[in-house]
Amino acid sequence: MTRRDPTGPPARASSQAATPTAVQSLWKAYIDTTPARLKFIDAFLAFLVLSGVAQFVYCILVSSFPFNAFLAGFASSVGQFVLTASLRIQVNPENRTLYKTVSPERAFADFAIGSVVLHFFVFNFLG
Amino acid sequence: MPLAYNLPTGLPPSTVKNTASLVRIVAFALISGAAIASRLFAVINFESIIHEFDPWFNYRATRVLASKGFYEFWNWFDPTAWYPLGRVVGGTIYPGLMATSGVIYNVLQALHLPVDIRNICVLLAPGFSALTAWSTYMFTREMKDDRAGLLAAAFIGIVPGYISRSVAGSYDNEAIAIFLLMFTFYLWIKALKLGSALFGTFAALFYFYMVAAWGGYAFITNMIPLHALALIIMGRYNSRLYVAYSTWYAIGTLASMQVPFVGFQPIRTSEHMGALGVFGLLQIVAFVELVRSHVSSKQFQDLLFVSVIAAGAVGTGTIIGLTYMGWIAPWTGRFYSLWDTGYAKKYIPIIASVSEHQPTAWPSFFMDLQFLVFLFPAGVIMCFRELRDEHVFVIIYSLVGSYFAGVMVRLMLTLTPCVCVASAIALSQVLDTYINPVEPDAPEDAKDEGESKKEKKAAASVGSASVVELITGENKKDRKAGIFGLAPRIAVLLHTGAMLWFFVLHCTWVTSNAYSSPSVVLASHQRDGMHLIDDFREAYYWLRQNTPETAVVMSWWDYGYQIAGMADRPTLVDNNTWNNTHIATVGKAMSSSEEVAYPILRKHDVDYVLVIFGGLIGYSGDDINKFLWMVRIAQGVWPDEIREPDYFTPNGEYRIDDRASETMKNSLMYKMSFYRYNDIFGGGQAMDRVRNQVVPKNGPTLDYLEEAFTSENWIVRIYAVKKDDLLGRDLKVANAFEQGKKRKRSKPPIKRRALA
Repeated sequence: MTRRDPTGPPARASSQAATPTAVQSLWKAYIDTTPARLKFIDAFLAFLVLSGVAQFVYCILVSSFPFNAFLAGFASSVGQFVLTASLRIQVNPENRTLYKTVSPERAFADFAIGSVVLHFFVFNFLG
Repeated sequence: MPLAYNLPTGLPPSTVKNTASLVRIVAFALISGAAIASRLFAVINFESIIHEFDPWFNYRATRVLASKGFYEFWNWFDPTAWYPLGRVVGGTIYPGLMATSGVIYNVLQALHLPVDIRNICVLLAPGFSALTAWSTYMFTREMKDDRAGLLAAAFIGIVPGYISRSVAGSYDNEAIAIFLLMFTFYLWIKALKLGSALFGTFAALFYFYMVAAWGGYAFITNMIPLHALALIIMGRYNSRLYVAYSTWYAIGTLASMQVPFVGFQPIRTSEHMGALGVFGLLQIVAFVELVRSHVSSKQFQDLLFVSVIAAGAVGTGTIIGLTYMGWIAPWTGRFYSLWDTGYAKKYIPIIASVSEHQPTAWPSFFMDLQFLVFLFPAGVIMCFRELRDEHVFVIIYSLVGSYFAGVMVRLMLTLTPCVCVASAIALSQVLDTYINPVEPDAPEDAKDEGESKKEKKAAASVGSASVVELITGENKKDRKAGIFGLAPRIAVLLHTGAMLWFFVLHCTWVTSNAYSSPSVVLASHQRDGMHLIDDFREAYYWLRQNTPETAVVMSWWDYGYQIAGMADRPTLVDNNTWNNTHIATVGKAMSSSEEVAYPILRKHDVDYVLVIFGGLIGYSGDDINKFLWMVRIAQGVWPDEIREPDYFTPNGEYRIDDRASETMKNSLMYKMSFYRYNDIFGGGQAMDRVRNQVVPKNGPTLDYLEEAFTSENWIVRIYAVKKDDLLGRDLKVANAFEQGKKRKRSKPPIKRRALA
């Protein structure tokens, strides 16, 4: 499960190594070209990353005692993150050509079903 | 376009489509029928009975589930297994099979169809084989088309490699697991093709079902990541892969941890780390792709590339580090034995002793797959021709599956579906090529073309020409000479048809002769027909009827489940071989002399000892043939007391006749097997028909056990363990007294007294 986090850190690490202009240009490009819908999804993704990191830090620093509960919570963050990321990919207008059968509405329905199934197991595993 | 033969013209496309779909449905019904019917040999030749060993436990557990409900079953503690330890059944099984039967049972009951739970258990495997055929059809359709799909379904329906594990009565996890395997793979391919989170979720759900049903789920756990990794390395990453894999992994892993027997393994053992690693890698790759789409600086992209590799290395290092720190369990012994076939024999004899864990002999590939074995590589090469993402999957599957099937006999089962798919692709390619009437244009046959046009016109005009003529095109005279003509086509098609026909004959023959024996009831074919040898049930029912319910029966672990299921008596060890020491204890008791074994038997409250002896009728799967494994397993725990070489003759032979070693002759197993065996030969030479050796004239004697029951053909022999002598004598002395023998040892004590 530790592997989930590296998505954030390595990029950050690399951006620190790069010149600040590169990061700035990346940020600018992101602000300029991303539709508002996707930014909204990105905000949710950022929240999920923070939630996952917080749980992981708690697990390491304080206790992992009800291990199943920790796993359920962490898996909830991770699972919801990948489902939301999938939704973001599918509704991204740039990827329209890749998803001929998945319309944005269908993508959202898939997202909803996946989330329900995920949280069914999360709830069952909380103990 | 010139045609090799004429096709009916003027049909509306809708008619063609509807007819094709009708033909598909009919073909599918027939395939299902054939798949189910060919698995019923066991029921017809014998009866509706649970087979072999493990199914007896599954059946017993299912009965508990059906009669007491799911919660009772989930919390079931079985005090009669592994006496005196007991077994927490709910937490040590894959409950998918029992749950499936339980659901079917309850649905039928709700419909007021009072079907016995035993019949549901017996017929579950044939029923699911039809579903397997269907899922293989769906899977192959994604690879090629409907035609290949139908062929694959027909192959998997009757191929002996799968039938061997799914005949009626073979109520084991594999019965439903192969369906789940193929269906999960199908859903994965579908999710990958469409980039659909919905199919990813379904794949995760069926993966969960698979985890609940069979320990072989680890195959899926590693196959899908391997496929994903191969696609990434081949530079075929796209966001569809991300969607499919992430959805499957995130939901599937969490779901798999709900099964108590699996528990935290998916994040704690090395077998599952590959899937986790690929999941992490995909996140990084996806993130990098996202960033890349926003910046185009070359330098920045290079930096990202390096950071991906660094992150991958760090991740692998972390996993290895955690393994060394003990947080992640290293590979288990069972897993090592897949890479080093000699490993199990050296370190875990209990695994090596199971016959289905032996490496596969080459004839069994032909026996189980027949001509599919030859078509299989052709199909794999066909996959290379197009090499879409899903073809990569079949290629990886065929490589991995072939390796595992070569290492372990039982893993032939996981190879079989892949062989069927690949062969169907190859064969349908052949049929497509030779049935397709279109002849390619050859540059020089302008004259031919004109001729054929004329003929076509003629054929069209002759509306009253007979159907046969129309189809076979026999009204053509000279045009058929070329390689594209009818003759080579018919030759190839006839040959293909003959191969298919022989395949069907072979499958039916193998199924009826090799794979349909319940092994609880044996059949012997003699001149006047088939005789049933029902010694096992005879003996188990004897135990059931004539012993108290608490009587503990000791036998080698192979028979533990059967004794529990049919005799309903506590056993020391059974087929769930989780406690090596306990099994070694039984092995030690069997392989030591009576004097050593007796205290062991008494300490474990053993009332009866059961041995299988095939010497009289030549049943080769008996305990004397398994005896060396008992010795080896016991030696693993007590190397000072039990030594394998002691059981061989000085020449290193394993014998039971006069030349057998003393240790062998004194062992409890030998004594129990040949006790009073000479008597049935009335003074003649007593032959052991399994080993073709003459049993010594003076048979073994028993002091601490007494014969309680011997079945009709002597296959099962049951001995009662004598209780302490009433007068407090040693049982050996008491026995000697009973027989009126003089106490030989009366002198030395007097001598000693005189000395004092």
